[in-house]
Amino acid sequence: MSDMYGKGILKGLSVSLKRFIETYLDDLSWWGKRYHTDAGIAHRGSKDARGIFTVQYPEEKIPTPEEFRFVPFLVYDEGPNGEKALRCTSCGICTKVCPPQCIWIVRATDPATGRPIPDPAKFHIDADICMNCGLCAEFCPFDAIKMDHDYELASFHRNVFDETRLSKPASYYASIRPANAAREDAARAAKAASRMVQSE
Amino acid sequence: MVIPAPAQFADLTARFPEVLKPDTRPGYAGWILDQAALLEFASALRDEFGYDYLSSVTAVDYLAENKMEVVYHVYKTTGGSGVVFKIQVPRSDPIEVPSLVSIYPGAELQEREAWDLFGIKFTGHPDLRRIFMWEGFAGHPMRKDWHEPYFEEEAKPLKSRWPDGKIVMAESKNLYGDNISYPEGFSPGNQTFDPEKALYEALRNYQKDEIGLDTDHIIVNMGPQHPSTHGVFRVAVVLDGEKIVNLKPVMGYLHRNHEKIGERNTFIMNMPYTDRLDYLSSMSNNFGYALAVEKLMNVKPTERAEYIRVMMAEMTRIANHLMAIGALLNDLGAYFTPMLYALEERELLLDIFEAVAGSRMMCNYFRFGGVARDLPEGTLQMIKGLFFERLPRKIDEIDRFLSENEIIRSRGIGQGVLSAEDAIKYSAAGPLLRASGIPYDVRRAEPYSIYDRFEFDVVVRTNGDIYDRLMVRFDEIRQSIRIVQQAVKQLPDGPVMALKPMYQVRVPPGEAYGRVEGPKGELGFYVISNGKPTPWRYHVRAPSFINLTAFGPICIGQKIADVVAVLGSIDIVLGEVDR
Repeated sequence: MSDMYGKGILKGLSVSLKRFIETYLDDLSWWGKRYHTDAGIAHRGSKDARGIFTVQYPEEKIPTPEEFRFVPFLVYDEGPNGEKALRCTSCGICTKVCPPQCIWIVRATDPATGRPIPDPAKFHIDADICMNCGLCAEFCPFDAIKMDHDYELASFHRNVFDETRLSKPASYYASIRPANAAREDAARAAKAASRMVQSE
Repeated sequence: MVIPAPAQFADLTARFPEVLKPDTRPGYAGWILDQAALLEFASALRDEFGYDYLSSVTAVDYLAENKMEVVYHVYKTTGGSGVVFKIQVPRSDPIEVPSLVSIYPGAELQEREAWDLFGIKFTGHPDLRRIFMWEGFAGHPMRKDWHEPYFEEEAKPLKSRWPDGKIVMAESKNLYGDNISYPEGFSPGNQTFDPEKALYEALRNYQKDEIGLDTDHIIVNMGPQHPSTHGVFRVAVVLDGEKIVNLKPVMGYLHRNHEKIGERNTFIMNMPYTDRLDYLSSMSNNFGYALAVEKLMNVKPTERAEYIRVMMAEMTRIANHLMAIGALLNDLGAYFTPMLYALEERELLLDIFEAVAGSRMMCNYFRFGGVARDLPEGTLQMIKGLFFERLPRKIDEIDRFLSENEIIRSRGIGQGVLSAEDAIKYSAAGPLLRASGIPYDVRRAEPYSIYDRFEFDVVVRTNGDIYDRLMVRFDEIRQSIRIVQQAVKQLPDGPVMALKPMYQVRVPPGEAYGRVEGPKGELGFYVISNGKPTPWRYHVRAPSFINLTAFGPICIGQKIADVVAVLGSIDIVLGEVDR
């Protein structure tokens, strides 16, 4: 500091100037493909990014990684004739592990006998209380509740989701989390196979 | 030099044979001290045995045994394990315990917290007021027999959710849609007393300057919404012209009684809640809590999980320090350019958290016995690319950008000085302590996890001013980069969980204090289990909160404009201060 007053400021300003120039150099080297293209967005979020960094949301969106978690949804399997079979058995583990206790399940009962049957009659998630921790999905033994990737939930009212709003097909789950879905499907198939062997 | 533990304990009992008894409850450790001997014992502990650093003061309500316990954790700044001692008092008001502020001034805010939440009167405390709740609040919320509005059950999971969970929205339960209950005979409409009276009385209590002209001193409130207070934080100052003669931090605007929530939660439910403490460094918070519960469960995480944990914790430190540097520069008037430079690198770190843990800030990644999932494909490449190719260069760039700047130097050097003695005295932790010349870092002082395997330096600077606190953070980022680089190279293969994942873990009865070197300082979790699915006591030793003990003493004598800079250099997060 002693040699020349203001030298430190000039040194700092040279850093800003370099960044300013780099932005334009990077733009030129991408031939106008730096914006609104998947490769451009990926580049701007990578270690090699230079210059300006921002993504123009909502026109551009950063892709969500597989493990990204947002408000949960219920997975259903589609039958050959388009019937929907929720995987949920209303065992209640998700309600018991939910930290803010935002999952509410009414267990279905057989109208003839009055005995509980493994199906939810009502399934509510209070999405405004949900803290997106993912514990329900982590501990569900039936792969029935999974965390979503849809983060655009802003609305003018209270977000309480019922079973119709929450249900999404297994094919959707496989599309947002391919690696997880493949691993879980394989595990379930193996389990079913071993059960078949045992019953024979 | 670290004295081996058995010898020092023998000395302690020899010195206090009558009043000090070992805590023999199963799972407990430390000593139970006679209340009358507290002050004598504490000063001997500090002066004769060298335990100069009071880490944590908290209370536990043993409702069934009808007693309250005050728990002290004391350490040496030269390192090694600490001493835990407890005072037991009958649980009938007024509950009185002598205050330790005269011996360990770092107890000031913590004793106020215990008074506020447990109703334990610390006799001799210079300024015993409520700290999080407002004056006039009904009761002491951490007591086990205190129930919040909307109270349903003592512990989660709540029975109303399953199997007959007909949804009721909480706000519909109360006519006014709020969750406040008032003391008997109190109506918010015709309030007759001034809740601020105690604060202003405390503020007027300062050393008056007898020399010179007699001037009027004025009280100025900064916040609770001032942009430089980093959140909803308020600073009440008494000014003599531009000079500060007294300063009190006022907090609790973000108080949600995290610890009470934690005692209603099962053990695993607390993990995502710890993210919300210091929301800029959730991985460290997870780490501390996981350590405490693992101590109780006597579980050791797998090798691979340990390495992943260390990597994540160090990345969090870098992300936090970048944020701290950026915010400090904002406070110094370099409006947002340095902040955005720092945020850019933090963004890349958060991308890694998002890919690994599923969320950028609320990571919820640690589990008892390991981590939630292994690193997904490709993330190790991201980490390698960032830590070997980009970050070292970028940190140097931000350093070059800022640290020789004349304005930063003149506002930082020699301003807001905290001496080494004061830093220890006020239980300052983390960069605040190390910038004052005390090379105390829990990673070295009492290594946890696998920190003993890595080469890194404990960063230390000696002037204790704002500039040194800034530079300590730059240096710590460089050390963290070193640790991550080593961890990436050594990362072994294998499972990431030592236990079968369980939604309700069995935790044997006992107490545990898990402490880690969080980005803001020593972060401790004091957990007591009584064998039930929920912790009996869950206490957080929050570094941001305890670092504020030194805030007043640093600022007194400075100019009003420097308060902002000092606060920025302490680096607080209100989620952790208020809890």
